[in-house]
Amino acid sequence: MSQDSHHEENFIQKYIFSVDHKIIGLQYGITSLLFLLFGFMLMMVMRWQLAYPETVVPIVGSLLGETGILLPEIYNSLGAMHGTIMIFLGIVPLAVGAFGNYFVPLQIGAPDMAFPKLNAASYWSYFVGGVIMISSFFMPEGAARSGWTSYPPLSIFESGQTIWLISMIFLITSSLLGSMNIIVTIVQLRAPGLSWFRLPFFVWAQFVTSFLLVLAFPPLEAAAVLQLMDRVASTSFFLPSGLVYAGNTVDVSGGGSPLLWQHLFWFLAHPEVYVLILPAMGIVGEVIANNTRKPLWGYRSMIYATVFLGFMSFIVWAHHMFLTGMGQAMSAFFQTTTMIISIPSVVILTSFFLSLWGGSIRFNTPMLFALAFLPMFGIGGLTGLPLGIGAADIHLHDTYYVIGHFHYVVAPGTIFALFAGIYYWFPKMTGKKLSEGLGKLHFWPSLIFMNGIFMPMFIQGLAGVSRRMYDGGQLYAHAQDVLQWNEFMSISAFCLGLAQIPFILNVFITIFSGDKVDRNPWGSTTIEWSAPSPPLPHANFEGPVKVYRDPYEYSVPGAEKDFTPQTEK
Amino acid sequence: MSEQDHGHIEEHIKVYLTVFGALGVLTVLTVAASYLDISTTEAIFLALAIATVKASLVAGYFMHLITERHTIIWILCLTFFFFLVCMFLPLITYTDHTSL
Amino acid sequence: MQIPYTTEERPDTGLTNSKLGIWVFLASEIMLFGGLFSAYVFLRLAAPEGDFAYWGSKLNVPLATLNTLVLISSSMTVIMSWASLKMKDFKKYKLYMGLTLLFSLIFLCIKYVEYTSKFDHGYFPSSSTFLAIYFTLTGLHGLHILGGIIVMTYFWLPIGNKMWHTEPEHFTDRIEIAGLYWHFVDLVWIFLFPILYLL
Repeated sequence: MSQDSHHEENFIQKYIFSVDHKIIGLQYGITSLLFLLFGFMLMMVMRWQLAYPETVVPIVGSLLGETGILLPEIYNSLGAMHGTIMIFLGIVPLAVGAFGNYFVPLQIGAPDMAFPKLNAASYWSYFVGGVIMISSFFMPEGAARSGWTSYPPLSIFESGQTIWLISMIFLITSSLLGSMNIIVTIVQLRAPGLSWFRLPFFVWAQFVTSFLLVLAFPPLEAAAVLQLMDRVASTSFFLPSGLVYAGNTVDVSGGGSPLLWQHLFWFLAHPEVYVLILPAMGIVGEVIANNTRKPLWGYRSMIYATVFLGFMSFIVWAHHMFLTGMGQAMSAFFQTTTMIISIPSVVILTSFFLSLWGGSIRFNTPMLFALAFLPMFGIGGLTGLPLGIGAADIHLHDTYYVIGHFHYVVAPGTIFALFAGIYYWFPKMTGKKLSEGLGKLHFWPSLIFMNGIFMPMFIQGLAGVSRRMYDGGQLYAHAQDVLQWNEFMSISAFCLGLAQIPFILNVFITIFSGDKVDRNPWGSTTIEWSAPSPPLPHANFEGPVKVYRDPYEYSVPGAEKDFTPQTEK
Repeated sequence: MSEQDHGHIEEHIKVYLTVFGALGVLTVLTVAASYLDISTTEAIFLALAIATVKASLVAGYFMHLITERHTIIWILCLTFFFFLVCMFLPLITYTDHTSL
Repeated sequence: MQIPYTTEERPDTGLTNSKLGIWVFLASEIMLFGGLFSAYVFLRLAAPEGDFAYWGSKLNVPLATLNTLVLISSSMTVIMSWASLKMKDFKKYKLYMGLTLLFSLIFLCIKYVEYTSKFDHGYFPSSSTFLAIYFTLTGLHGLHILGGIIVMTYFWLPIGNKMWHTEPEHFTDRIEIAGLYWHFVDLVWIFLFPILYLL
């Protein structure tokens, strides 16, 4: 399994089927960014329909059928696929597959992941799953259109779900293999001197995330198999007896339960949302410590909070199911656990805020994104609280309020943190720093337009506008007063798309004509910065790594520089 | 597992053979127990109890868990806890349904 | 540069990478089958009284009991194959690994007989929820058996076993890991058998 550094690799071995975690990390990164862009474009088509209903969609109208107007079934497909692609093909592979794979070994002073070949296998499983998922658009049945949540009975009878399920099996397998690799890597391959409480917060975040993936994904894989059986083998795991669909009694044995799917699905999907946020919080921690020139406030509490959060995330899932006829006792149970789980998030966010106090803050692009993450995640988190209380959830469930809530956490939350990570770690991956000018041109409009899209959703949701409606609420009397926000949100979405252009330009310009920087341009303490940029193929570091210090020894009194690397005696 | 000398391994093999014998007997017992005239709940408990004993033998001796490091044991305990959560919470939620 | 702790244990954790790796993987497998068992329990509770018992009586208990004994025997032979390597007896290893493969193939053959006899009687997964979960649980278990067979065949044939001649410790370790997977598959069956066939 070891790669002899004298062994000559051909192009395929070196770049396509590489077992080097850095190449694999880049593969994950590029693939996931492309999927994120694609998922974004799906959403833009939806937002056109919501702003200008029943009008011809520009540019892509010809792909949507004869009239060029978005049909309701296609709208539903776009919605289901937007969610699926953004979560499973975009954010998780970027946060865990790209950042996790690339930087966990480097931050612990290891030459690679524990199982390099398995690492390559998990990337290719993801790739195949992604291709299958996208191919569904071109299949006769079309793409999935029963929501990313794939609730039966609809998902059993609606088109497109079979390919979705098969793709999910590949994606889940990829995640399982990848997270198993990360756990073993962190436990076993830490450099001498790197004890658990000397690990950067990013590594702890990835560690807990991997446990969530390893233990929570399998029940969904099981459920996906069951749903596949329902679709393909005429079983009725999720179909109750006597079900009537489209006027006909369904000819299956019956005896199944749609609720069973919901339980198995949300058993994963709740920990999944913590998978979406924890790596992002890890990145924010790194960037804040570095750009305040002081250690993270409450480092230990943050770690305990993260572990507690991971544990709690397994016992809150039915807060997605308050409206399914749950009894009072269980509803109270899940409300209680949901309220408790907000505490560790608050601990982490508060620690980040307190970390700023008394810091020598540098407002470079990664720091701007990391700083913006704090209030944005704050809004996302606070708006989650009414959803976690059964009584309030009765009014808010399945409305735009929910969409606003989770997008605040993931879009100006996680995605901003991931951008911070890209700007921060770009010099380590390429040896060049991204332009600050273009970075700020990317950041400010993004921040403004993110809020432009998602803030009005709370207004619409509180008015009672339901989600997943093709016409954006037009038919409903209670929605009339808030319909005018649709156009405003859509324009914000298009502008948000434009705001990403400086970022794309920045990446290409810097790669092809940027100036080289030294190996530690940000003056950071963590171990990855002691490797060359990019780190050596297969070995990463020029010699054995030994760790002598805590992760954030900035502004140590009496030191010559305002930072002291972990690897320095 | 660190290097074992011949004699040590032979001790282990004796244990494996004993466990194998026990597993065979317990399998027969499992089937025999299914013919007992007891209620369904009792039958479930009995079957699961015998299965648990068999599983413990396989896990403890064939899979060496009885001498395994604590890290592994902790991971398995955590997993088992979530397994119970996955088994019982949906169930309890189902039985605790409101009557609408 | 070599990845450390592939064959020797890391001092503070006392584990090799592969040992930790396989147990983390098995933890995920526990959750996978756990999801399916959870479905079984849920569906049984939701079904009319006696429905599952009625459909369960259609299963062939003697054949399944035989299969249980076959699988337990294969568990025994796989650990003997590892023990043989520990005693540096390569010939014995091949014998025991061969027996393991034989037992596992017998298991699959018996399963095939069971399945085809069901289909011949018109009992399909679509016939009832019990049969649906029965076929799914045993089917997924069967796929795991197949996966194990592929891996163990690889280690039994020269293509895989040649590592014994160059890195015997690493090879022995790999057989231990494969054995752990195989024991897990046996473990799942130990629960599947009474739950599906006897209750």
